[in-house]
Amino acid sequence: MKTTFSTQISEHSLIELQGVTKVYGTGSAAMKALRGIDLHISQGEFVAVMGPSGSGKSTCMNILGCLDTPSNGAYLFEGVDVGKLSRDQRALLRRHYLGFVFQGFNLLNRTSAIENVELPLVYRGVPAHERRESALRALEAVGLKGWETHTPGELSGGQQQRVAIARAIVTDPKVLLADEPTGNLDSARSREVMEMLDAFNHEYGITIVLVTHDADMAAYAKRIIRFLDGIIDTDEENGKML
Amino acid sequence: MLRETILLAFREIRRNLMRSSLTILGIVIGVAAVITMVTLGRGATAQVTSDITKLGTNLLQIRPGQHRHGPGGTQSTGAMFKVDDADAIAREISGLVAVAPMASQSTQAIYGNENWATSVIGSTPAYLVVRNWQLESGRQFTDSELRGGKGVCILGATVRKELFGGQNPLGNTIRLEKLSCQVIGVLESKGQSSFGTDQDDFVLIPLRTLQRRMAGNIDVSRIYVSAEDGVSTSKVEEDIQRLMRERRRITMNEEDDFHVRDMQELVSTMTGTTRVLTGLLGAVAAVSLLVGGIGIMNIMLVSVTERTREIGIRLAIGALERDVLMQFLVEAVVLSSFGGLIGIILGVVAAAIGARVLAVPFVFDPGIVAIAFLFSAAVGVIFGYFPARQAGQLDPIEALRHE
Repeated sequence: MKTTFSTQISEHSLIELQGVTKVYGTGSAAMKALRGIDLHISQGEFVAVMGPSGSGKSTCMNILGCLDTPSNGAYLFEGVDVGKLSRDQRALLRRHYLGFVFQGFNLLNRTSAIENVELPLVYRGVPAHERRESALRALEAVGLKGWETHTPGELSGGQQQRVAIARAIVTDPKVLLADEPTGNLDSARSREVMEMLDAFNHEYGITIVLVTHDADMAAYAKRIIRFLDGIIDTDEENGKML
Repeated sequence: MLRETILLAFREIRRNLMRSSLTILGIVIGVAAVITMVTLGRGATAQVTSDITKLGTNLLQIRPGQHRHGPGGTQSTGAMFKVDDADAIAREISGLVAVAPMASQSTQAIYGNENWATSVIGSTPAYLVVRNWQLESGRQFTDSELRGGKGVCILGATVRKELFGGQNPLGNTIRLEKLSCQVIGVLESKGQSSFGTDQDDFVLIPLRTLQRRMAGNIDVSRIYVSAEDGVSTSKVEEDIQRLMRERRRITMNEEDDFHVRDMQELVSTMTGTTRVLTGLLGAVAAVSLLVGGIGIMNIMLVSVTERTREIGIRLAIGALERDVLMQFLVEAVVLSSFGGLIGIILGVVAAAIGARVLAVPFVFDPGIVAIAFLFSAAVGVIFGYFPARQAGQLDPIEALRHE
C-alpha cells in the first residue's frame, strides 16, 4: 500500500522542491530529465532515493546538492530559493550546510586522510589547530583512528569511503547527500558504511539523502522515494520501520 | 587562507618536480639573459666613460682633413700642420693647460733578440699631460733633448713588457728601425680601451727626433689641446677653428680643411651607443621572458586538465570560484618567481664571468635585480590567470565525472 508523504507540509521543512523540472539541451534535442518534482524533506529524515538509470534521481541529487539549478520550479533550502542564488552563493551554501559522499569516494590523491578531512574546514577559514582537532574527532568517529597519515592509495575502498564520510560530517552539516556510497564496496563494507550513516542520522540528527540501487541499503532509510522517467513514482515510509 | 594556498602551491610543485623545473626553465633563461645583458651593458658604458676620461678630460683633438666621417673615418686631404700651428694655439688662445703637437707612424722596436711591432709617437712632454699619462719610472724629455732631436724614448707598458720582460729597461738602448734611442722612462699601464685596442702599445720619442730621423719631414699630424677646468670646450673649439682658418687662409665660403673634435662629444656618442645596444639586448632578453611566460601558461593549462577531478571535489565541498582561481594563480606565481630567483643568481654569475672575459667592470645593480624579479612574478600573474580562471569556472558536476 502506497501512502504519499510528500503532501504533508511540515513546518520543519528543510528541503522543498516545487514543480521542479530540468531540461538538458534545446529544441528537438531537448532531454527532460525531471518532469515536475514536488518533494519535502524535513530536518532529521533519512531518505533513500531509488530508481533505474536515467530516471532522474542523479539530476535531482545534483539539484539538492546545489551543484545544479532547476530549469523551472523552485528549490527552497530552509526557505531560500536556491535557483535565485549566484554560483558563489550556492558554493557558500554547500560549504556551510551540505556534506557529500560519492560512489567513487572522490578523495584528493596523494593527500593524507586527515588533510582530506580538513579540506572543507580550510575553506571555512577554521584555524589550523582547531581544524586538526575536528578532523581527528571525525576520523575517530568513522573508526579510522591511527590511519590519519595514510593517503587514499594506502587505504582499502571501505576505509576510503569512511574518510569521505568523515570529510562530509566534519563540518557538522544539516544535510548529508550520499550518491551510491556503497556502489564500489562489498556487502560487508557496505553494511559498515550504512550503519555509520544510520548512526549519524540517529545521534546527530543529520538529515541524510541516499541514492542507491540496492534495496538492502535502502532498507536502512526511514523513507523510500522511487523515481521513474523524471517523476516521483512512489514515496513511502520504509515498511521495516513500521 | 593565503598561507594555506602558498603551502599548497609548494606541495603541488614538489610533487611534479621534474615538470616544474622544465616549466620554469624559460623564465630562468629569460631573467638570466636580462640580468646578464643589462649588467654587461652597464659595465661597458662605465668602461667607455672611464676610458674616454682617461684620454683626458677637456681634451680637444685637431686633425687635418675635410669632412668628418664618424670616429676614425676621416679623409686627410687637408695639409698637415706644422709645429708653428701648435705654438700659435698655445700663444693666442686662453684657458688652455697644455698643447701637444704629435706625429706618429708604425715601426719595429728591437732590443737584443726581442722584436716588437708597435707604433712610435713623436711629441712633447705636454703629450703626457693632455693624454693623462703617468710615468711609472724614469723622467720626461728635457728641453735640449726636444730641441736637439735626441735619441731618447719613453716606453708604453706593453712595449716594455715585450722587449724587457721583468728587466729594468731604464738606461738601455733600443732600436726603432735605424734609430737608436735610450730608454729614459716607462709609462703606467692604461690597459685596453673600450674600442679594443691596447693603449699601452707605443713608444714615445721627441717630436723633432721623429720628424728628422724617422719620417724625414716636419709634419704634425695631430694637435691635442687640453682646456682648463671650467673653461667651455665649445668656446675653445670655436677659437681654435677661427685661428686655424686664419692661419690656413681659408676664405669665408670655403669649408674647413681640418677639424676640431671635442672629447666630451665622443663620450656622449659612445655612451649613447652602448646604452642603445644595452637596451636592444635587454629587449631581446625580455622577449625570451615572455616566451617563458607562455611556457608556464601551457603547463598550467595541462595541470588544470589533469586536476579537473580535484577541482570538482574542491568546488563541491564549498570552494568559491576565486578560491580555486587563487590556488592556481598562486601556483603560477610561485613557479615563475622561483624561476626568476634562479635566473637572477645565474644571471649575476654569468655577468660576473662575462665581465671578466670581456674586461669590463662588473656593475651590480640591485635595481635591475628587483625589476627582473617583479617582472617574473608579473609573468606568473599574467600567464597564470587564464588557466586559473579556466579552473575556477569549471562545472563541479562535469569536473567530478572527469576521469
